[in-house]
Amino acid sequence: MPKRSDIQSVLVIGSGPIVIGQAAEFDYSGTQACRVLKAEGLRVVLVNSNPATIMTDPEIADATYVEPITPEFVEKIIAKERPDALLPTLGGQTALNTAISMHENGVLEKYGVELIGANVEAINKGEDRDLFKGVVAAVKAKIGYGESARSVICHTMDDVIAGVDTLGGYPVVVRPSFTMGGAGSGFAHDEEELRRIAGQGLTLSPTTEVLLEESILGWKEYELELMRDKNDNVVVVCSIENFDPMGVHTGDSITVAPSMTLTDREYQRLRDIGIAIIREVGVDTGGCNIQFAIDPADGRIIVIEMNPRVSRSSALASKATGFPIAKIAAKLAVGYTLDEIPNDITEKTPASFEPTLDYVVVKAPRFAFEKFPSADSTLTTTMKSVGEAMAIGRNFTEALQKALRSLEKKGSQFAFTGDPGDKAELLAEAVRPTDGRINTVMQAIRAGATQEEVFDSTRIDPWFVDQLFLIKEIADELASAERLDPELLAEAKRHGFSDAQIGEIRGLREDVVREVRHALGIRPVYKTVDTCAAEFAANTPYFYSSYDEESEVAPRTKPAVIILGSGPNRIGQGIEFDYSCVHASFALSDAGYETVMVNCNPETVSTDYDTSDRLYFEPLTLEDVLEIVHAETLAGPIAGVIVQLGGQTPLGLAQALKDNGVPVVGTSPEAIHAAEDRGAFGRVLAEAGLPAPKHGTATTFAEAKAIADEIGYPVLVRPSYVLGGRGMEIVYDEARLASYIAESTEISPTRPVLVDRFLDDAIEIDVDALYDGTELYLGGVMEHIEEAGIHSGDSACALPPITLGGYDIKRLRASTEGIAKGVGVRGLINIQFALSGDILYVLEANPRASRTVPFTSKATAVPLAKAAARISLGATVAELREEGLLPKHGDGGTLPLDAPISVKEAVMPWSRFRDIHGRGVDTVLGPEMRSTGEVMGIDAAFGTAYAKSQAGAYGPLPTKGRAFISVANRDKRSMIFPARELVAHGFELMATSGTAEVLKRNGINATVVRKQSEGEGPNGEKTIVQLIHDGQVDLIVNTPYGTGGRLDGYEIRTAAVARSVPCLTTVQALAAAVQGIDALNHGGVGVRSLQEHAEHLTAARD
Amino acid sequence: MTISTRGAGRAPAVLVLEDGRSFRGRAYGAVGETFGEAVFSTGMTGYQETLTDPSYHRQVVVMTAPHVGNTGVNDEDPESKQIWVAGYVVRDPARTPSNWRSRRSLDEELVSQGIVGISGVDTRALTRHLRERGAMRVGIFSGNAVQDEGILLAKVRQAPEMSGADLSAEVATKEAYVVPAVGTRKFTVAAIDLGIKGMTPRRLAERGIEVHVLPATATLDEVYAVEPDGVFFSNGPGDPSTADHPVALMRGVLERGTPLFGICFGNQILGRALGFGTYKLKYGHRGINQPVQDRTTGKVEVTAHNHGFAVDAPLDKVSDTEFGRAEVSHVCLNDQVVEGLQLLDRPAFSVQYHPEAAAGPHDAAYLFDRFVSLMEGQRA
Repeated sequence: MPKRSDIQSVLVIGSGPIVIGQAAEFDYSGTQACRVLKAEGLRVVLVNSNPATIMTDPEIADATYVEPITPEFVEKIIAKERPDALLPTLGGQTALNTAISMHENGVLEKYGVELIGANVEAINKGEDRDLFKGVVAAVKAKIGYGESARSVICHTMDDVIAGVDTLGGYPVVVRPSFTMGGAGSGFAHDEEELRRIAGQGLTLSPTTEVLLEESILGWKEYELELMRDKNDNVVVVCSIENFDPMGVHTGDSITVAPSMTLTDREYQRLRDIGIAIIREVGVDTGGCNIQFAIDPADGRIIVIEMNPRVSRSSALASKATGFPIAKIAAKLAVGYTLDEIPNDITEKTPASFEPTLDYVVVKAPRFAFEKFPSADSTLTTTMKSVGEAMAIGRNFTEALQKALRSLEKKGSQFAFTGDPGDKAELLAEAVRPTDGRINTVMQAIRAGATQEEVFDSTRIDPWFVDQLFLIKEIADELASAERLDPELLAEAKRHGFSDAQIGEIRGLREDVVREVRHALGIRPVYKTVDTCAAEFAANTPYFYSSYDEESEVAPRTKPAVIILGSGPNRIGQGIEFDYSCVHASFALSDAGYETVMVNCNPETVSTDYDTSDRLYFEPLTLEDVLEIVHAETLAGPIAGVIVQLGGQTPLGLAQALKDNGVPVVGTSPEAIHAAEDRGAFGRVLAEAGLPAPKHGTATTFAEAKAIADEIGYPVLVRPSYVLGGRGMEIVYDEARLASYIAESTEISPTRPVLVDRFLDDAIEIDVDALYDGTELYLGGVMEHIEEAGIHSGDSACALPPITLGGYDIKRLRASTEGIAKGVGVRGLINIQFALSGDILYVLEANPRASRTVPFTSKATAVPLAKAAARISLGATVAELREEGLLPKHGDGGTLPLDAPISVKEAVMPWSRFRDIHGRGVDTVLGPEMRSTGEVMGIDAAFGTAYAKSQAGAYGPLPTKGRAFISVANRDKRSMIFPARELVAHGFELMATSGTAEVLKRNGINATVVRKQSEGEGPNGEKTIVQLIHDGQVDLIVNTPYGTGGRLDGYEIRTAAVARSVPCLTTVQALAAAVQGIDALNHGGVGVRSLQEHAEHLTAARD
Repeated sequence: MTISTRGAGRAPAVLVLEDGRSFRGRAYGAVGETFGEAVFSTGMTGYQETLTDPSYHRQVVVMTAPHVGNTGVNDEDPESKQIWVAGYVVRDPARTPSNWRSRRSLDEELVSQGIVGISGVDTRALTRHLRERGAMRVGIFSGNAVQDEGILLAKVRQAPEMSGADLSAEVATKEAYVVPAVGTRKFTVAAIDLGIKGMTPRRLAERGIEVHVLPATATLDEVYAVEPDGVFFSNGPGDPSTADHPVALMRGVLERGTPLFGICFGNQILGRALGFGTYKLKYGHRGINQPVQDRTTGKVEVTAHNHGFAVDAPLDKVSDTEFGRAEVSHVCLNDQVVEGLQLLDRPAFSVQYHPEAAAGPHDAAYLFDRFVSLMEGQRA
């Protein structure tokens, strides 16, 4: 039965900004789905507030709404577009929740929109804990297997003590009923602990009720990805086994596909349960993910949960198997059955089969705890990782070691030199799951731990433990061998050792090991991910390396461009860079090149085998890239390697690639150096006659003090050679400078501290531009809303700039051109300026695609990354204008007056982290970047655009209610006018005594509320923190004090996060918010698609 | 390219194909030499079931899954009393098995049963070769058996071919035995053992069937001596074109109109009994992920396969046979190979794949219920 004929248009909801637990994988899934639906001839309407996505590129859907994903805005879109159907299963929990609330409030019925891909009942059955327990019980009744964790409800301590026996003994989990955020729950290992925790739980629970549950900590954990079509055909796409046992969120675990330690009987039992569940839940068409725990002692199976939608795991499973789950889910949703859909990779066989792998896939999580020093680093069932790397090898050891080096993080690879430390201490440390526990385990093995000891402390399956022992034994052989003979070297490579690791063990330089290896003819081959273990010929060149015998890279005739991607997502280097790489691939393919993508991030569009002509799923290290270049050189001509689009990762390889004879195209490694090296860049600025803030470098406190004294406080201090503003701080006085230097561990004569004058109250400006050697194309000018000193990645900004005039733009253009020319850019450059006292300072320049490229491209309707890729390969701006890739006239600095205003807002991950006492982490913005994602608000006027950006990022701005204001002294002046505006909009103001006094003197009434430190008043007057927790506050303005004041207001801000109350931490944000509230109160906020905006802009340009 | 010939104290080994291609590796299991037909199996789980499946008699099995032996060897999962494969080719054998049911390592098991294997081979390259050139004879040589490759190649070329091989009698039981029904006995079935897997009688017994497993040489009289409600023809090794005795036996059953069910070899025998031909597939179907469509319902099942031969019957029409109308009931969606036959006027059907699914998914278990229905229908 072919596709349904009663659906002509579909609304797809995206997942919004990148947050922990809901990231780039939904761009991959969503992009696939939109393309499929469009290819089926349907009109695709898309809503997604995240500009840094391929999904929101205007060519992916027919109408793309970069609008907040809230029921209000989605209703406006439905009213305007009148789609026949809504597909909610591809945009994560955000899309699912939005769809459910639109169903509940009757909007879908009102406009006659059919929910496809999943029905409401199925979503509820899958998501509601109790309903799902019922599903599992029904499945057990039918097929005899599968159960939920045993539990017993208790109302007295006697019930509790008796309950332990019915659960089979300690440890048990205690969960008090109806407490906020799981308060009072915990593990009890003996009766004493149980009495304490359960006693407290019974008191805390408003119904004097606790749930006692058996503990499945330390059990083996598995996931299955399933798909079902409307004819009830079900396939299991992939099995995934967690290296880390139960207790660690699967997103934070090292995971392996396929499962490694199940017999067929056990695997088939999981499969039977999975199929019975998808049927019982009633997922009619599409995919789901089911998690299982298995007791290693007797094989007992517990079903943990299911997700009735496309998920992070399904993206991983798609990349791991070559079976594109989202794409197929979209086809199933519009009526196809699995047997009607061809397998893309073989082309000849249908999708109604189960992929079989002849390789091993390992995924490793990437964390960012260094950005949140106060956060507890123990891994739990709450996901904390910000990205992941995947690697493929012909065996587990090869895949694991490739995955660890793909993480591109100091210490992520196994180290085999130096003192491992004390065995007992290491084993004790390995009990607690953390980022890098696997390295601790390796050190414990080096320190003499036995396999049993490792299992006892970690519960990692003995087969995996043995694989770690295997790696360690080879390292030992490498260390003790008299010489590096070919057999030993080949064996080490087959188990994933990098040249660098071998060099470290043997006391050789990495390049020497490589030379020896090449001289011995030991090189990787490239195998194909083909879904069928070579049973059928594959036509899709999706490659991974392995030290095996036969390579499958086919010769080609067209010149190839190799694009280096950005690796695992991390704070500071996220999906934005993937966007640029994907655009380069598209543009260069159109221009007649064969495109070759290299990346190791399974969440992304770039690692979709459909994106480029060839895909190498490989780590982005020098060794791995050189081998790919070698393999492709044997295959045909190479036009060049692009390093400037994938962020700092490929940029860092530029010089070494060139030194190895690789043709790096675009901005040369020397030019990159000229922008990145402080001395060289200083000379560029001096030649162009451009000012930079005064600065100096210091290796001791005395030197730092001397510099600070000369240039004056406040100063911006940071270690050199770091990314994303790591360790950067604004220092207001000498005392703090001294402690900063004392605390800083990374300072040495070769790694000095940079001390810059901090431009207080400056306006920060970001510029993205293209330069071809003669002509500059100013891509866009973004004015930050927060003042200089807050990392540009965390700052909101507006494009076109809202307060800069023609003269400023002229100066920015001239400066940008001077720098681009001086550095020697061929392609994209991003420059940060600060405008202070009418002087335009240059803060820094990045000779590469920046984080803002997708935002700029969408705001101005010009594909900058595509143009950059073309310029890298020799095209000129003039040619691209002629071709139509760039506008015929003008650029991003000459936008028409009625061009829409776009506002970018950063999204912060505060709610994910807790300190070791279980309290939230502070939410103040600073020079170190901590946001995970961003949203865009676009509208005719700034206020509306800003209001949309807030709604997209944090939830709608309040239009009335109570606002609490408490600001630092330096902000008191600038607070008065916005505060008056809030009152004019009917807000009731509350303030701490100091702020209230200033307001009063300016004729603004504000109720004085008690500070947290003052405690509750004599008549029970509540503190501000209590008021926030009670839901008495609708808007919070709280700016931190400059010096040492980081902790002031900490409780206020963490309470705001806990209660999801909008919290503005700068006065600039307050001013912008007031404009937004004004826009909302004047009503009539509409929605407009990017295509409409672009049409309007293009018309205005011509 | 990288060939590793190291391994934890394992003897060097070489695999030689009849077309002259060879692969070097290290001994796995017993050391010595062995010959057979090289075939690849794509299942990621179930090596114990594969090794003990009598249909693999005289075949050297190449595992496409790189890690083999991870869950060790237990005493519950074998499909027969011994390992039947002639040789075993793997990439990365497990050093430490891990599973609560594991009793010993696979390596030990292979050694104790004298199965010569080879490890460290680029199994994907070998699989691609077999896919392109077709299944062919192969030899594995390890330890002292390793000699000049020309000599080894000559040895491989002297080994018997699979086409024309009549092997059922070599693997089937010599004595009849009974697998009692689970619970109340509802039916009696005579199962002709042409290389039957242990799970098949179990699946029948679970449905209240008392299974009389008879040797491949059983006569029609011996079959009817057990007063069967139905007759079952099992899977088994070899070329169906040589299976004249089972074909004659089956024709006798069809003439009497007794409900009949065949699996794998049994399907090929039904094909021949109905007058269809059989042919050798280029490289066969061996794995547990094959999509088969039940043409009577349109539904797709994911199924376990192990067959190198197939029935040549028309897909697009009902055929008239000596026993009435027959049609192709099941087809493999990967390559449109006939996967099942059924008679429309008599109670007989068969499938080319393995509904007993050991190893493999349980999607096709309904076929045993279909057999039960046929027997019920006959009684009514």
